[in-house]
Amino acid sequence: MERKPRIRRRQWLGATALGATLAACRRDVPVEDEGPRMLGATVRAYGERSPYETAARALDDERFLEASQTRTPLGESAGILTPSSLHYERHHSGVPRIDPAEHRLLIHGMVGRPLLFTVEDLRRLPSVSRIYFLECSGNSGAEWGSKPAPTAQMSHGLASCSEWTGVPLSLLLAEVAVQKDAKWIVAEGADACKMQRSLPISKAMDDILVAWGQNGEALRPEQGYPLRLFVPGWEGNVSVKWLRRILVAEEPTMGRDETSKYTDLMPDGTARIFTFPMEAKSLITYPSGGHKLKPGFCEITGLAWSGRGLIRRVEVSPDGGRTWSDAALQEPRLPKAFTRFRLPWRWDGGIAELQSRCTDETGYVQPAREALTAVRGVKSTYHYNGVKAWMVAADGSVSHV
Amino acid sequence: MCKCALLLCAAAALAQSPKYGVGRTPTPGEIRQWDISVRPDGKNLPSGRGSVAEGKEIYAKRCSKCHGDSGQGGDSVPLVGGRGTLNTSKPLKTVESYWPYATTLFDYINRAMPFKSPGMLSTNQVYDVTAYVLFLGKIVPENAVLDADSLAKIRMPNRDGFVPDPRPDVKR
Repeated sequence: MERKPRIRRRQWLGATALGATLAACRRDVPVEDEGPRMLGATVRAYGERSPYETAARALDDERFLEASQTRTPLGESAGILTPSSLHYERHHSGVPRIDPAEHRLLIHGMVGRPLLFTVEDLRRLPSVSRIYFLECSGNSGAEWGSKPAPTAQMSHGLASCSEWTGVPLSLLLAEVAVQKDAKWIVAEGADACKMQRSLPISKAMDDILVAWGQNGEALRPEQGYPLRLFVPGWEGNVSVKWLRRILVAEEPTMGRDETSKYTDLMPDGTARIFTFPMEAKSLITYPSGGHKLKPGFCEITGLAWSGRGLIRRVEVSPDGGRTWSDAALQEPRLPKAFTRFRLPWRWDGGIAELQSRCTDETGYVQPAREALTAVRGVKSTYHYNGVKAWMVAADGSVSHV
Repeated sequence: MCKCALLLCAAAALAQSPKYGVGRTPTPGEIRQWDISVRPDGKNLPSGRGSVAEGKEIYAKRCSKCHGDSGQGGDSVPLVGGRGTLNTSKPLKTVESYWPYATTLFDYINRAMPFKSPGMLSTNQVYDVTAYVLFLGKIVPENAVLDADSLAKIRMPNRDGFVPDPRPDVKR
């Protein structure tokens, strides 16, 4: 039984060798086209992409690049995962350089026994790996105003999706024996501003991770090396990086980044506080701003995600919202992760306005911009998730609407 | 009887003991050194005091380059002004117009300012600068001296301006 494939392989090799000889004799095959002959590069310890590939994070033109962001090139994305090197960044006082042997995580406050963990301690504990998106609540914030960003990267690139590996926070909270009247945790980083955010303990007991791994290796420094909190489905700022302390408390600490920032100003002058979940959003990534179409077949594709769970449906309109078709949702479809959608289309060379809108498992439908601004005005800065449109011009160029 | 009691004791100890036994108990000193989070009721404010007058000098040296001579902003955000603008088409969110708690100002200066060298100010100097910024915002008088007790008692202009998250709030 085992020999049969081998014989077949030899027969196949013989046949192809014969075919190649015959082909070489034919006059329409250029003599110089003799296939790859150059010896390639040697093996290497840590991989790099092809020098022909140029997709990169985009930097903002800002004065303090330690308190700034980079955006993921979603217009060039494939599948649902973001390479760690292209994952968006948002820092508030730079990326610290941390020796994991020196780093500690302290859990204290309303607990039966405070504990101090080394990174090695944490990596000994049972871990899980989960694929989740992470999105800054300021993502697509330019859409609130009158000047939307020109590309998928600049408008929606403060969102990425990775596989995260870490210890469930609920396990650590059980280890320290959280007191039963504790209602909040306060997570704090080891960056220069000692970034802190308060989170309800119900979420901490649900699905928060103390993550040490991303996409099959250790976290990148800009993603919190050696430890970060990962809070699935909630605004990125609460996934505190370079995690060094968790205080268990009766009330939130009302830090700067949960009062003066990351609160949503409404038209009546009040502001919403602790607006954690990222609501359902979708984006056509191809074709999108900056791309150039050729007439004929075009696969419309994009990403949809919801901080409340699974994406159930994505509809695509080629005509500015007059008609809608259901896009195919590519598996795996995972809760609180990017879902890739695809719809075959023919571009006939005319002007077209492409839109997508998604529905999540709670039945929530991504709203139109007008519906969103009718309730929240245009000054709330965070949590914009309106339908995004791209215009295809007669020359095939794609721009924002 | 004796055996039963022993078993009960063992069961109680088991319920209390950690499942994995990883990590070590920090010393009270280690916790004190790390626990800098100030609560809105003033809990965890360190002892010390500061004045508007002292704060004015430190502010000129350490803060004015980014936040402006009188807190109006510069390379970084404005700290004062904007009262009464939050419900207009040009809202200006500052410590004066927007921040709900004065304790947050102390906490943030203490943990994160100045931007390029956080941690350089002493506890008293953090009280000083806090007092001066609150004075610039017309929240405390020029002769104000702040400590843990008086800082916690300050009522910020926008104290009642925050509401819980009502989402989902938009239907398509």
